Amino acid sequence: MNHNETMEKPFRSWFMEKLLNGMTWPEYLRSLVTPFNIFAALVLIVGIPVIVQRFVYGLAAVTHASYEYPWGLILGWGLFGGVPLSATGFVMATAYYIFGFKRYRPLVRLGVLTGFMGYFFAVVYLLVDLGRPWRIYYPMIVGFGTASVLFLVAWHVATYLTVQFLEFSPAILEWLRARRVFKWATFITIAMTIAGIILSTLHQSALGALFLLAPGKLHPLWYSSYIPHFFLASSIYAALVQVIVVSYLCARFLRHAADSYFLESLDGLTLGLAKGAVVGMYVYFVLKWVGVAHDDNWHLLTTPYGKWFLVEVLGFVLAPALLMTLGLKTGSLPIVRFSAFYAVVGILLNRINVSIIAFNWHLPDHLHHIIPPLKEIMIVITITTIHILIFRWITTRMPVIRQEPLEEYQH
Amino acid sequence: MKGRLSRRDFLKTTALMGGSLLAGGVTEALGYKEEFPVWTKSYGVLVDLTKCVGCRSCERACNEVNKLPPPDRPFDDASVFERERRPTAKAYTVVNRYETEGGPVYRKIQCNHCNEPACFSACPIHAYTKTPEGAVLYDPDKCFGCRYCMIACPFYVPAYDYWSALEPKIVKCIFCYPRISRGQLPACVEACPVGTLTFGRRPDLIKLARKRIIENPGKYIDHIYGEHEVGGTSWIYISGVPFEELGFPTNLPKRPLIEQVKGFLGAVPVVFTVWPALFGMCYAAVKHRSETKEKEDKK
Ligand code: SF4
Ligand code: SF4
Repeated sequence: MNHNETMEKPFRSWFMEKLLNGMTWPEYLRSLVTPFNIFAALVLIVGIPVIVQRFVYGLAAVTHASYEYPWGLILGWGLFGGVPLSATGFVMATAYYIFGFKRYRPLVRLGVLTGFMGYFFAVVYLLVDLGRPWRIYYPMIVGFGTASVLFLVAWHVATYLTVQFLEFSPAILEWLRARRVFKWATFITIAMTIAGIILSTLHQSALGALFLLAPGKLHPLWYSSYIPHFFLASSIYAALVQVIVVSYLCARFLRHAADSYFLESLDGLTLGLAKGAVVGMYVYFVLKWVGVAHDDNWHLLTTPYGKWFLVEVLGFVLAPALLMTLGLKTGSLPIVRFSAFYAVVGILLNRINVSIIAFNWHLPDHLHHIIPPLKEIMIVITITTIHILIFRWITTRMPVIRQEPLEEYQH
Repeated sequence: MKGRLSRRDFLKTTALMGGSLLAGGVTEALGYKEEFPVWTKSYGVLVDLTKCVGCRSCERACNEVNKLPPPDRPFDDASVFERERRPTAKAYTVVNRYETEGGPVYRKIQCNHCNEPACFSACPIHAYTKTPEGAVLYDPDKCFGCRYCMIACPFYVPAYDYWSALEPKIVKCIFCYPRISRGQLPACVEACPVGTLTFGRRPDLIKLARKRIIENPGKYIDHIYGEHEVGGTSWIYISGVPFEELGFPTNLPKRPLIEQVKGFLGAVPVVFTVWPALFGMCYAAVKHRSETKEKEDKK
């Protein structure tokens, strides 16, 4: 009896402190009733059965099951869109550890967590989309398609996910009060950061290189021998704008989980990141035109797809870049943040263009085929919601946007 | 190359993964040149599109021999020609009708059994094999269903069994591999009543095709489709009307599609060797600078 009681007490307080953020159950449950949570709950109630349906009845139950369009929104959004926006970990870690931009310290962990979660969920989307997801490890064991770019992507994403987990592990250890963060963790940080650079450079560009095998199918304005460079170059500025967006959302909606170090430095760091992002966007913009000139595709610009290309490159690369320049010149944070968000949308648009809209452009009824069925959209919304919920769960518990576990500041 | 993992395969794999490879070994690592030593002797089929009458006997024979599910509409139902069709999860081959100036032209579609198949290069698990006989085969026991081979195939051939939750697989023509390795004709070739399909060694078929074009001036356009497209295919075609009018993709490079990726794959080992040195140096330089600065600050 006695023994039990003494065991129970520390566990209960550990549980309350770690998982309920220091509240009792009733308090905790009451704190959960917020508009966002109600919305999220509704999404999950509708969406999870759709995901179950996919696994019980096969992909045909939720997608177009098209032979011409084997990849749809699930991969277009989750893999092709998600991975560049998850370059945050590698870009922030490189800036901080390798190039010595020490003042970005408050954002490094946030960058690493955003990246890790992004990759993790890219794999989740992949698991939903693969015909036989339980064989996901096959490229590692069963057969080696060494000339396959997808083989490279599989290996690199798997390795990089591990690297990012290790990079984030100090935060978990601190949260669990493993006071002495293992020496090796800090010791191998540099090695891991460099590994992260190698892996990221290669798989970011590899996602573009996947399409090199389909010259007859991808519209020539998007198909270019430079496509790996496009994907890599855009992922770098994508990381910077994504950190601006995510850090702002954290400061706005998860303010209670942030410390003053994070909140006070945020505005200055945002401007710093924006300076980098603007350069990246102009470089990418020029690169895109180098691609058009290299393949001498100028005459295609007047076709309908040419106009759509102009919308992407002028409207969603140049325009946010100019806007961000304006924001920097006037020192206006709202403009900078808005243009960062705008640029994120531009990245998504580009990846969806390559993987869906400009793919098979010449097939009859193309525009009809690429509109995803409602259930596929629902799956994407559901997984995105789960992504946000888990991100919030971690950020409000572990030292991500604060230096130490929260309660240290309360007492 | 036949499915089993050789030591060389393994070395190549390690090279791509670990990047211990130096730039000099890149072509060796890609190795696609030696991977397809067989196509000069491999079999093929010459399809003479001027002969096809659209009877769909080949479709029926294929369905029976390969024990495929019954068709949605019977094989003698001509209404299927109203829509352009493609091979599906239930049919390895389909015949389409195309209206041209000189009247309708029928075209049989199936896997072309490319010399250096894009589906083969795409697959991350090596689920595809190109046999010495020319057939491109797929092994469902290896496939995890990414469907990249469907993205890569320039002829829109592989179909996927999306309706199966537990055992979905790629479905495509197997060139009647069991039959041709026994010395029999592919079922479709045997079934064709008008001699549209000629089975033989690919080099002989190319000679035959050229002979027909030369000996019948005005009957054929001067092009053997599949002689060079994407590095050449085992199934080749001659026609009286331009191939684009018959739904053939005509925007394909002459070289095997894997060569489009060569440059990228070649850069992989370079990144693995150069990046650590480059960024390691950056790190060292920055660290050195900040340490000297600290020392100076202390003074
Ligand atoms: S036609 Fe398509 S499926 Fe057939 S071998 Fe060529 S690439 Fe592969
Ligand atoms: S779907 Fe299967 S056969 Fe096709 S590339 Fe993916 S793993 Fe290979």
